Amino acid sequence: MKAQVTVTLKSGILDPQGKAIEGALKSLGVGGIASVRQGKVFDIEIADGDRAGVEARLREAAEKLLANTLIENYDVKLIVEDQ
Amino acid sequence: MKAAVIVFPGINRERDMARTLKLASGREPAMVWHADTALPAGTDIVVLPGGFSYGDYLRCGAIAARAPVMGAVQAFAAKGGLVLGVCNGFQILCETGLLPGVLMRNAGLKFICREVYLRVERSDTPFTRGYNAGQVICVPTAHGEGNYVADSETIARLEGEGRVVFRYTAPDGALAPEWNFNGATNAIAGIVNARGNVLGMMPHPENHVETALGPTDGRGLFQGLAEYLDRAA
Repeated sequence: MKAQVTVTLKSGILDPQGKAIEGALKSLGVGGIASVRQGKVFDIEIADGDRAGVEARLREAAEKLLANTLIENYDVKLIVEDQ
Repeated sequence: MKAAVIVFPGINRERDMARTLKLASGREPAMVWHADTALPAGTDIVVLPGGFSYGDYLRCGAIAARAPVMGAVQAFAAKGGLVLGVCNGFQILCETGLLPGVLMRNAGLKFICREVYLRVERSDTPFTRGYNAGQVICVPTAHGEGNYVADSETIARLEGEGRVVFRYTAPDGALAPEWNFNGATNAIAGIVNARGNVLGMMPHPENHVETALGPTDGRGLFQGLAEYLDRAA
C-alpha cells in the first residue's frame, strides 16, 4: 500500500515563500494566477497493516512530526494498488 | 554553574556557546550528544545552541526536537531546571512544545546576519538579572527563520503575563517596524515559559562577550545566570 500525506499552511498564516513564487510566476508571464501557497507532500510506502490501522498510524506520523499543527493542516490519502 | 550544551548534528554555534559559558562561570560545560538519553548528574542549566540541526529538514528544529536527549531535557525543564535556547535552540524549544508559537521565515525572505538592538523587558528572571529592565543591548543575529508567530490568544497571554523578555527595537529602545527586521509579531525576540525557567531567543548574546570581538552586551545574560546558579548551589 502507498500513501500520501499533504501538509499545507493554515489560512491566515503568512507564507512569504508562496508570495515570492507567486511574484515569480507573474513576472514569467504565467497569467491568471490569483495566489500561491507552498506546502509539502510526503510519499510513503506502507510495509504492512489493514486500511484503518495504516490510516491511524499515518495520522500519528503527521501529528507527531510531519506537520506542526499550530500552523499547518494535513491530509492523509491511502493509495491502494490493484492486484 | 554546571551547564550542559546539547550537540545535534548540523549545529555550528556550540563552541561559541561553550566558550562563553566557561568565560562566565569558570567552568567547562558538558557537551551532551543528541543520542544520549540522560543529562550529566548535577546539571543546573541546559543550553540548546544555534546552527542548522539536521539541515533544517522538514521544519527548523523539528527533527532535533524529537531526538532521544530531548526526553531528558523536557523532564529537566518540568522539574524547574533552567533551559536556554538560542537561535536554532529557540526553534527546537518551540517544536518540542516547551515554548509556545513557531519561528517562521523572515518577512523579507532574506537570511539576516548583523548586529541588532534588543530591549530587555524584564530584569527579574534568572536569564536577565544581569541587565536593567528597559536597557537596550546590541547583539548579533544570524537567521532566516526568526519571525515569531503565534495565535492571538497566545500572544495576548505572553504579553499579559510579561513573558516577552527581549524585543527588537531601535538603539534608543523605541519600537519601530524598520528595527523589527524579521517581522516578528510584536517585535518578539525572546520569550520565557509560564514558569519562567525556559528562555528561547533568536539573537546570539554568546557572540558579544569579548572586547577583542567588539561589544560585550551579551555578558550580562551569562554572568547573571552564573551568579544565580552559584548562589543557588
